[in-house]
Amino acid sequence: MADKLHFELVSPERLLMSTDVDMVVVPGVEGDFGVLINHAPVVSTLRTGILEVHNGDTPELLLVRGGFAEVNPEGLTVLAEEAMLLSDVDRPALEAELKNANEDVADAKDDVHLTEANKTRDRLVEILGVLDLVA
Amino acid sequence: MANLKDLRNRITSVQSTQKITKAMKMVAASKLRRAQDAAEAARPYAERMESVLASLASSMVGQVGGPKLLAGTGKDHVHLVVVATSERGLCGGFNTNIVKGARLKIAQLIAEGKDVKIVTIGKKGAASLRRNYSSRMVKHFDMSHVKRLSYGDAASITDYLLSAYDNGEFDVCTLFYAKFQSALTQIVTAQQMIPASYNADNIVDLGGGAYDYEPDETEILEALLPRNLGIQIFRSLLENAASEQGSRMTAMDSATRNAGDMIDALRTTYNRTRQAVITNELIEIISGAEAL
Repeated sequence: MADKLHFELVSPERLLMSTDVDMVVVPGVEGDFGVLINHAPVVSTLRTGILEVHNGDTPELLLVRGGFAEVNPEGLTVLAEEAMLLSDVDRPALEAELKNANEDVADAKDDVHLTEANKTRDRLVEILGVLDLVA
Repeated sequence: MANLKDLRNRITSVQSTQKITKAMKMVAASKLRRAQDAAEAARPYAERMESVLASLASSMVGQVGGPKLLAGTGKDHVHLVVVATSERGLCGGFNTNIVKGARLKIAQLIAEGKDVKIVTIGKKGAASLRRNYSSRMVKHFDMSHVKRLSYGDAASITDYLLSAYDNGEFDVCTLFYAKFQSALTQIVTAQQMIPASYNADNIVDLGGGAYDYEPDETEILEALLPRNLGIQIFRSLLENAASEQGSRMTAMDSATRNAGDMIDALRTTYNRTRQAVITNELIEIISGAEAL
């Protein structure tokens, strides 16, 4: 269809979505922006947040973390480091993971482990923070 | 003439070897399918990443400065060669070919008077490079604990490369791995990782427009270049894993076939020998009876 935006969502592991949609709202570092067909070319980094895919009545919500969005005449490509459907997010599991991560930070023996554990924790804190905003 | 018992033993031993190679072939075939899926699934991201990078980089051309990862250090003296091989053997020419490619490059660089440092991923390549270049080897990444390759495994390698680059330990980094084409063919590939290389064909035509950058161009490039490095490494490791399994499958298939041929040959000899033994015995009995 000519009046639809071609949208692709890719994570390092796989291509998650490749469809034609009405509009996508992207969580950019400098604020959310909506992308419709014929949007001007943009490259933006993403912040952890909710990506809305509008196609029909109810928008599909996805949680994305880190990465880039690129708009060019061919459409919108979101390169996310991590992406999952908001409905698939298992909050209690994430909270349990965060608890583990906190313990790892406390138990870390050397710098390597500490940075590693801190990274995991920060990632979870970020995701849970976004979930708090949505709920 | 070999005696019958020896022949029987040899036949059983070849048969059990054949069973093992057959099993290994089957295991490699199923692992190959998984590795191939993973490698193919990772392709879109790496390709998109490359095209974003290519369009960004082309707009930076001609500008003074620019991030070090793209523009290089301005020198071309210290080369870092990263050689990715497997943790296990018995996979045909897979490791040998990668190491051969790397050796050629290393020898060429040394002949040109460059300083070469070597980083190895996977113990097979490390073992054979250590023989000639042990003094040049600066780091080894052990992948034996990795069952299913994830982005995190590539990230630790990336972090090491980035910090070494920031400390000025090398100027150019090249990665050697085997690109998966089919179970029969894997292509040893040398890819320049730092300074980032990109293919100008990937640039999307903007139709006269230009990109808007959010935040700004340099900041995006600075975030994108390290990530691109990580993705390229991740992709190479996935390709390598698929190549390894493909190579092993082919090698084990021909080993199974060879064992089959060997069993046939041994069986013929065994039967001939058996007949000869019976004939001999008969002759002895008959000539014994005649003597009476």
